[in-house]
Amino acid sequence: MADQTSQSARSAEKSDAGYWAANVRIILVSLVIWAVVSFGFGILLRPALSGISVGGTDLGFWFAQQGSILVFLGLIFFYAWRMNKLDREFGVEEE
Amino acid sequence: MDQFTINLLFVGASFALYIGIAIWARAGSTSEFYAAGRGVHPVTNGMATAADWMSAASFISMAGLIAFTGYDNSSFLMGWTGGYVLLALLLAPYLRKFGKFTVSEFIGDRFYSPTARVVAVICLIVASTTYVIGQMTGVGVAFGRFLEVSNTTGLLIGACVVFAYAVFGGMKGVTYTQVAQYVVLIMAYTIPAIFISLQLTGNPIPALGLFGDHASSGTPLLQTLDQIVSELGFNEYTAHHADTFNMVLFTLSLMIGTAGLPHVIMRFFTVPKVADARWSAGWALVFIALLYLTAPAVGAMARLNITEMMWPNGTSGEPVSVEMIESDARYDWMATWQQTGLLGWEDKNGDGKIAYFNDKDADTVAKAEAAGWGSENELTKFNRDILVLANPEIANLPGWVIGLVAAGGLAAALSTAAGLLLAISSAVSHDLMKGQLTPNISEKGELLSARIAMAVAIAVATYLGLNPPGFAAQTVALAFGLAAASIFPALMMGIFTKVNNKGAVAGMLAGLIVTLIYIFLHKGWFFIPGTNSFTDADPLLGTIKSTSFGAIGAMINFAVAFTVSKMTAPIPAEIEELVESVRVPRGAGAAVDH
Repeated sequence: MADQTSQSARSAEKSDAGYWAANVRIILVSLVIWAVVSFGFGILLRPALSGISVGGTDLGFWFAQQGSILVFLGLIFFYAWRMNKLDREFGVEEE
Repeated sequence: MDQFTINLLFVGASFALYIGIAIWARAGSTSEFYAAGRGVHPVTNGMATAADWMSAASFISMAGLIAFTGYDNSSFLMGWTGGYVLLALLLAPYLRKFGKFTVSEFIGDRFYSPTARVVAVICLIVASTTYVIGQMTGVGVAFGRFLEVSNTTGLLIGACVVFAYAVFGGMKGVTYTQVAQYVVLIMAYTIPAIFISLQLTGNPIPALGLFGDHASSGTPLLQTLDQIVSELGFNEYTAHHADTFNMVLFTLSLMIGTAGLPHVIMRFFTVPKVADARWSAGWALVFIALLYLTAPAVGAMARLNITEMMWPNGTSGEPVSVEMIESDARYDWMATWQQTGLLGWEDKNGDGKIAYFNDKDADTVAKAEAAGWGSENELTKFNRDILVLANPEIANLPGWVIGLVAAGGLAAALSTAAGLLLAISSAVSHDLMKGQLTPNISEKGELLSARIAMAVAIAVATYLGLNPPGFAAQTVALAFGLAAASIFPALMMGIFTKVNNKGAVAGMLAGLIVTLIYIFLHKGWFFIPGTNSFTDADPLLGTIKSTSFGAIGAMINFAVAFTVSKMTAPIPAEIEELVESVRVPRGAGAAVDH
């Protein structure tokens, strides 16, 4: 009996560690996208994108003033959807 | 009906609505007072967060800053929205799972140290107070203009209104009041923008009109604007002129600060589930984005309108005449705003015309002299903060739109002031009184002390708002730097690392103190004018302005915390368990009180 309990506790711990590692991976990928569209396309990489014109100016200007905001929105909703799915995969969702 | 009566009607009707909701939703228990009984839907919560978040700085000031600088001020747009990504991914779900009422409660429990909790309360009060002073200044200016009373009277009326619904309603009053305020402020921001976008580009959606064609010339709007401003010697609107390093740092400071401001984080304690906390941040950004996608259009279109008004015959024709400004109804707004002292013009060379150009640019001055416009710019003053409020008058829109903008500007300033005051009052009553000084205080006593703290905070903020340490926008940016350097790193390390109590306390103190000193060196000690040793035009560290220093402060916080934590004892087993449990949604019940 006692052995069984400790075994299930161990497996829960293991699954929690796997859940957390998966979460951290998703966060890192999302934050790379977050940085690339704002600091990258919006500021530092703007000269490299200057060839692509958007409504009287270039793509970098669009990313700095509107594009990055739209990507931020997409990222947050993607993360919420992906994590709620991950919660169920690992069986750690709320009752 | 004259404009004053219309403004009064709109402002009065919107206030009656907010106060009515506050009375209807009067808070009963402590739990309801702080977190509205946790029964708030993610969409409702997102809308209230948006109203809470978008202050006088977003509504009144931001588009004006973009209008006169162009691309270089994109930092505000990316910074004040990008922070929500950090909030949603790194903080909101875990803090909801932790299930307490305040930010400092989390820091105190996670770092198993009453000292850490008190340090967090101090950081929170410093950042929130700095922020609320800016809001009260904005409240005073907006009331003063639209009710045609002095700044002081406007500020006192505003303070009474904030007091009424924040003190008697608690957060539930604030939550539903803020939903109403959001609706008022977003209508006030977008309706004039739609009218102006239709006039200039024929596109009813301002965000699309910005990248559309200018209807009267047929060329793209931004190209027309670039051309017209560079003919007058100003920087091209869409070009990059700012120092790149400082621009990156400033954007990063605003982002981290957004995720470290206690009144925004507190919002995520009020949703029923961890999953809802994730969605809530997204909904908040949806409602914020409606304004933030419109703001760059408002800025660019207003700049074009103003420049064309000053040059009715084109930049190669004659400038506008003094007679036209004084007699033509389309120029009435100039006389109205001249009374506030925030707009000024002067016919310096006595030719009966007001020539608007960049007199710092030698080529333009030579051109102006050759054309006989004189050698000096004659539109002598155009305060950036009046742009959004004056915008409907500049575009010659109907009186009810102007009244609506008045109500919207006040909604933005008042809602943020109320949210900040709630954060300050709960820090004092819940974290200091109940948590530290008088642990046996009754629920009634705690509620009373929260209300007293709120009243005191309003009085202090009103007093400092009468004698502000600087312009509202500057004060607000400094508040973000302070939150970025102190609160955000402690919260993030509490969830993602095993940093110990001593590391967290040392990190928060180092981040807060170094950032405060850097700000005081540039803005004056305790914001007293003339006591500064450096200016932001020539900062202490290369190109790092005091408004951009928050990101550096945050790095100092992280570095100090990790170093001290490595050298001292590791965290105890029960705290290790707490960190593990915060990371997993399972078992997040209702919040528990101490």
